[in-house]
Parts: sequence; structure tokens; C-alpha cells
Amino acid sequence: MEMLSGGQMVARALEDEGVEFIFGYPGGSVLHIYDALFNESKIPHILVRHEQAATHAADGYTRATGKTGVVLVTSGPGATNAITGIATAYMDSIPMVVLSGQVQSHLIGEDAFQETDMVGISRPIVKHSFLVKKAEDLPRTIKKAFHIAATGRPGPVVIDIPKDITKPEEKFEYHYPESVKLRSYNPSQRGHAGQIKKAVKLLLSAKRPVIYSGGGVILGNASELLTELAQTLKYPVTNTLMGLGAYPGSDPQFLGMLGMHGFYEANMAMHESDVILAVGARFDDRVTNSLDRFCPGAKIIHIDIDPTSISKTVPADIPIVGPVASVLTDMLNQVRAQREQDAALPDADALATWWQRIEGWRESHGLWTAPRYQQGDGIMPQQVIESLYRATAGDAFVTSDVGQHQMFAAQYYRFNKPRRWINSGGLGTMGFGFPSAMGAKLAFPDADVACVTGEGSIQMNIQEMSTCTQYEIPVKIINLNNGYLGMVKQWQDMQYEGRYAESTYADSLPNFVKLAEAYGHVGMKIEKLADLDAAMDEAFAMKDRLVFMDILVDPSEHVYPMHIAPNGSMADMWLSKTERT
Amino acid sequence: MRRILSILLENEPGALSRIVGLFSQRGYNIETLNVAPTDDISLSRLTMTTDGDDKEIEQITKQLNKLVDVVKVVDLTEGAHIERDLMLIKVRALGPDRAEINRCVEIFRGQVVDVGPSVYTIMLSGTAAKLDSFIEALGDTTVLEVVRSGVAGISRGERVLSL
Repeated sequence: MEMLSGGQMVARALEDEGVEFIFGYPGGSVLHIYDALFNESKIPHILVRHEQAATHAADGYTRATGKTGVVLVTSGPGATNAITGIATAYMDSIPMVVLSGQVQSHLIGEDAFQETDMVGISRPIVKHSFLVKKAEDLPRTIKKAFHIAATGRPGPVVIDIPKDITKPEEKFEYHYPESVKLRSYNPSQRGHAGQIKKAVKLLLSAKRPVIYSGGGVILGNASELLTELAQTLKYPVTNTLMGLGAYPGSDPQFLGMLGMHGFYEANMAMHESDVILAVGARFDDRVTNSLDRFCPGAKIIHIDIDPTSISKTVPADIPIVGPVASVLTDMLNQVRAQREQDAALPDADALATWWQRIEGWRESHGLWTAPRYQQGDGIMPQQVIESLYRATAGDAFVTSDVGQHQMFAAQYYRFNKPRRWINSGGLGTMGFGFPSAMGAKLAFPDADVACVTGEGSIQMNIQEMSTCTQYEIPVKIINLNNGYLGMVKQWQDMQYEGRYAESTYADSLPNFVKLAEAYGHVGMKIEKLADLDAAMDEAFAMKDRLVFMDILVDPSEHVYPMHIAPNGSMADMWLSKTERT
Repeated sequence: MRRILSILLENEPGALSRIVGLFSQRGYNIETLNVAPTDDISLSRLTMTTDGDDKEIEQITKQLNKLVDVVKVVDLTEGAHIERDLMLIKVRALGPDRAEINRCVEIFRGQVVDVGPSVYTIMLSGTAAKLDSFIEALGDTTVLEVVRSGVAGISRGERVLSL
């Protein structure tokens, strides 16, 4: 059997696992590992400029591909800098393996240089973590980490590795296990047949049904099955922020996103429904509005792989624990079986009436049936997204940061495929968009990758322009520059009488065009609506260049619809600055 | 409502901190916590008492099960069970009080396990409620120190919590 050092085992195990990229940053505690990677690894390593960006880039790669992302950072500050990215991945159930260096075993607990208790610090934001104590345990621990990260409800796993167990002098027998079994970890493989039968019976008896699908459908690679079920039944579908693309955005059965900034027709359909089929969604507070007023007439079928998601906030009438793909397959079979016995199901007349109501909502207030924003003096942020959609033929990978631009992108870019919309939905991490775009672009070098951001968010990881220079990663940065922290300003307009506490800095913004050029990229400043489309086309025509589009947009614009809180139902919305339901 | 949860846990470093962390992270309450390895040294058995309505306890149980190091979770209060809490209590014991304390210990079936010229150390086991009653029964006796193990529990009859 081959004899390898601990450092070599880490390098080899990552190859044996089929890892395509390592996103990382070296430092004292991981130098043995880096040396082993340098000497014998074929895996490309992307050297970021800040460890947070390493985690977001790995995360973006994962969301675009479905494959587990890998991060390598040193102990102490390297590890703590990665924390925000790990928490981001945890909240959105993204599989990730983070290898962090640790000080030498005999120094642990002595406040050694660059020591931090990484397992302790990361505990509430990881699916699981390991502190490896012996070099011999490395291959099996790494296998376990990948297994845990990617199965069940996915999530990040941290492996903390003390420096001494990676030293080159000591060699051990290397064997990478094909698979691992853990007696304490057995995620559900299939939904309960009886529950599925009951669920389909309820679903087919519905008169005002709605399918509410979330990020779990994308994570569980079940978009096609969801689409098949919805189209078999001709039921309306709404997606959460995390679920966009799971059902084709341009299909007439799609009602748009639901929730706080969801489409009027989607929120109304939820509120007025009699049966909700929730698939891989978790009734988040940004979806439900006030829980005691949530969808008063609806029976709820809830499919999720994680039992803790079920009845956590909204009680489920029929809970089904299992992987969405397998449960939806079983449901489709049940639908066929139950319709063979009664072909009149579901009630076509009731469904036709229901669709008439939905079409009425769509006609009166839908974001896609007519422009719902007022044209201001300059460029409206919505127009930028519409222009992006046109220029990329609706087929780009779009990442975003957090704030107004994120909501405009979610509302106005019609995602037709899963894994094309990449954003930090759960944690809401500013600084996520740009590095995650790098990860997506590395995975799909020929695809258009756009980071929709704002002048606030982009500055949280703007240093990665240097990484893009080094590795020639030609993403497009669509900077919706309104000179304010836009979503903060919107809330201050609505709830604090326009007192803009620390939300404006228009006079101190950098010259983004010159900044991009300083890193060797292309910068563009767009100030007039008449120039927007041409500039967008020009940017995307430059296939091999990173283009930073600094687009000045109307600073007074708000995101609508917006749920009225507190004590509002899903149907209580502001539709504009002056109009409400 | 008071519940007793019994948990089989991988005897791994950091496993206990994941359980304790989960409770503080999600705002659950731990009243008592008792943990030790079992006959199988790869497993720890943990008993904890907590308070909550059915919905909360269901969430707690599910969240505990989700932890990778947790092998099994059972709510002992759902069925017939035995609970024992062990107390060591040091009291001031002088003059005529000594006899009185002894009588009390006998009634509660405790044991005086250490005697000094002016103190008794008493060992007593039973339900948490029984231990509370004992302290109450001591009346005016000065209690110097109390240490309790927290509840350890097991279900009655054939029901077994094992791998």
C-alpha cells in the first residue's frame, strides 16, 4: 500500500473525491498541505484575496453545478474570515467542505499564534465538523465530510487539521474509502407511501390549489418532476426566492415569486387557496408574513427532506419526509392511479374559475403584464434587469448581492432553468454576488455570468477583481448604483420618515470605471436610458473580459409589491408608494 | 410541561457541546443534564429534563435527531419510566439537631456518608421531587452545600434504548 504524509493524503483524497477546484488562501498552519498540492495535485487552486470570497466562490460553483465546493484556509484569521461564507452556505443548505488549518496539536488550548477554536466557532453554522487528531484518520474523515455535506439536507462541513499531522516526515498507509456508513446518520431515502396517497387525494380534491416550491427542489434536482406534476394537474406554481428556476419562469402556469416582495398574483393565490403543496420550501418569515394570518383557508401538504422544517412555523396537515425527487415520482404515480379510478379529478370547472381569478390578479397588478413602475428622470433599476434579460436571452447565470437590486433581479429576470439564479436567500450576505459569480464562471466558462449588485454590496468583496485578473475570469458586474444602501433607504422612507441614518455615501464612492481599469478590466459608466441596451450588448460581446458596468439608477425607486407588516397576511401588500391592497 | 429526554450519543469529542449549543442557539431550556459513557464505550447516554409544549418538544426532538452525533432520542415521559436524581447535601449538625436529621434521613431512605463534629454529609436518591421534599423537610437545619447529579432515566418494562 502507498505511503503518504498527512499533507499528501489531503491532496490525494481531494483528487480521489473528484474535486474540480479548490478555493483558498495559504498560511502557516496549512503550508504542508499547500506544499503537497504544489508538488503533486492536478486540481486547479484559485487564490482569492480574502477567505470570505473563497467560501462564496466555492458556494457559487456548487449552486451552478450541484457538486460540493471545497475551501482551504489557514488557522485563526483564515478560519474566522471564512465564517460568513460558511453561514451563508448553511442557511441555504449548500454542500461545502471547508478544510481549515489548526495550530500543532500540543499547542491547542494555549492561545498559540493564529489559534482559534474553529470547531467551536463554526458549530452553530455547520452541518457537522471534525477536528482530526491522527494523520491516519484523514482519508476516512474527508470521505465522511463529503458524504455528510452532500446527502440528506445538504450543508457545509468543517475539517480542522492541526499542522503536525500533515508534516512531510511521517508517512502512513493511504486508502481512500469508496463509501462510508454512519450509524447515527441515515437521511430519509423515500417518502411514506400512505402519506403520499393521502396527499394526492387531498391534492386532487382541491378547488383552489397552489404549488409553492422552494430551494429544496433545485438542491434535490427535482425541477423536471415538479414541472411534470404541475403540468399534469394544470395547477399554478409559485417559487420562493431560493426556488426560482425550478419551474420555468416564462410558462403561463408560473405566478412569479411569492413573499415579502413577491408577485401580487402569487401572494393572492396563496392567501385564497384551499390546498397548498409545499415542496422543498420552509415557510420562512420572508414568505409567510404574519403567521396567525397565514393562508386561512388552506390545507397544507409539506414535502421536505428535513423533518425539522416540517411544522416548524406553519403546521402541516399532511407532512411527507423524503427526498423531493423520489416523493414527486411517487406522487405522479399516485396521481395516475387515482385518476384511473376517477377521471373527473381534479374538478375542471373549479380549476377554470380559479384560473380566472388568478388571471384577473395578474392583469391588474402582475409585474410582467404591464410596466408597474413610473419612469423617472434616469434609468429605472427594473429596466437594467430587463435589458440584462434581453441581452443574455434569459439564459445567463445571474448572481446577486443583497438588497433592492437582488429583489429587482428576482422579479424581472425570468429564470427558465434551475441553478441559474444564485443568491444568498437565507443569511442575506452582502458581498456574496461577485465571488459566487467567479465560481459559476469557472464551472461554466462558455456561459454568460452576470453579478447583479449595488454600489454598497460590491464594495464588500471588490478586491476579487484581482483574482479575476489572475485567472482570467470574465464575469460581468452589473452595478445598480443609486448612491444609497437602497433597501435600508427604502425602509427608512417607509418607517423612519426619510431619516437616512448611515445609508448614504454618494460623495465618497470610488470611480468604479477607473477602479476596474486599475485591475486590468473594462469599466463602463451608463447614465442615460438611451445608452443602456447598447452598452449591455457591448459588455456581453466582450466574451473574454471582465466588464464592470456602473449604471446610475433612480435613487428614489422602491421595490414593490411589499408585504405590510406587522400583523399582515400574505394578501396585505403595498403595490406602490401610494397604493395598497 | 416537564419532559425527560434520553439520548444515545456518539462518545466523540465535542459531541456534548453540540447538544448544549443547540439548546442555547434555538432558545430551548435545559433544567438538568446528566451524561456518562455506557457499557459500550463508543456511546454516551445523556438524560436531560426540559420544559415545553408538545410543539416545542417535537421541534427539540427533531433538532436533536438531526445532529450527526446523535444516534437516538426518546421522550421518556411519553411512557412509564423510572427517574433518579442523586443528591449529596452537607448540613450543619450540632447537638439535638443530629438526631433529628438522622430521623429525617431514615424516613427518606437516605444515608449519612460523612460525619464531622459539626456537619453531616447525606446522600439521597430518588425523583427530583423527592429530593426537593427532603430539603424542605430539613426545616430549620442549615444547608451548607447541595450537589445533584441531575435526572438519569430509563423506561420501564421491555422498552430499551439501544443501537
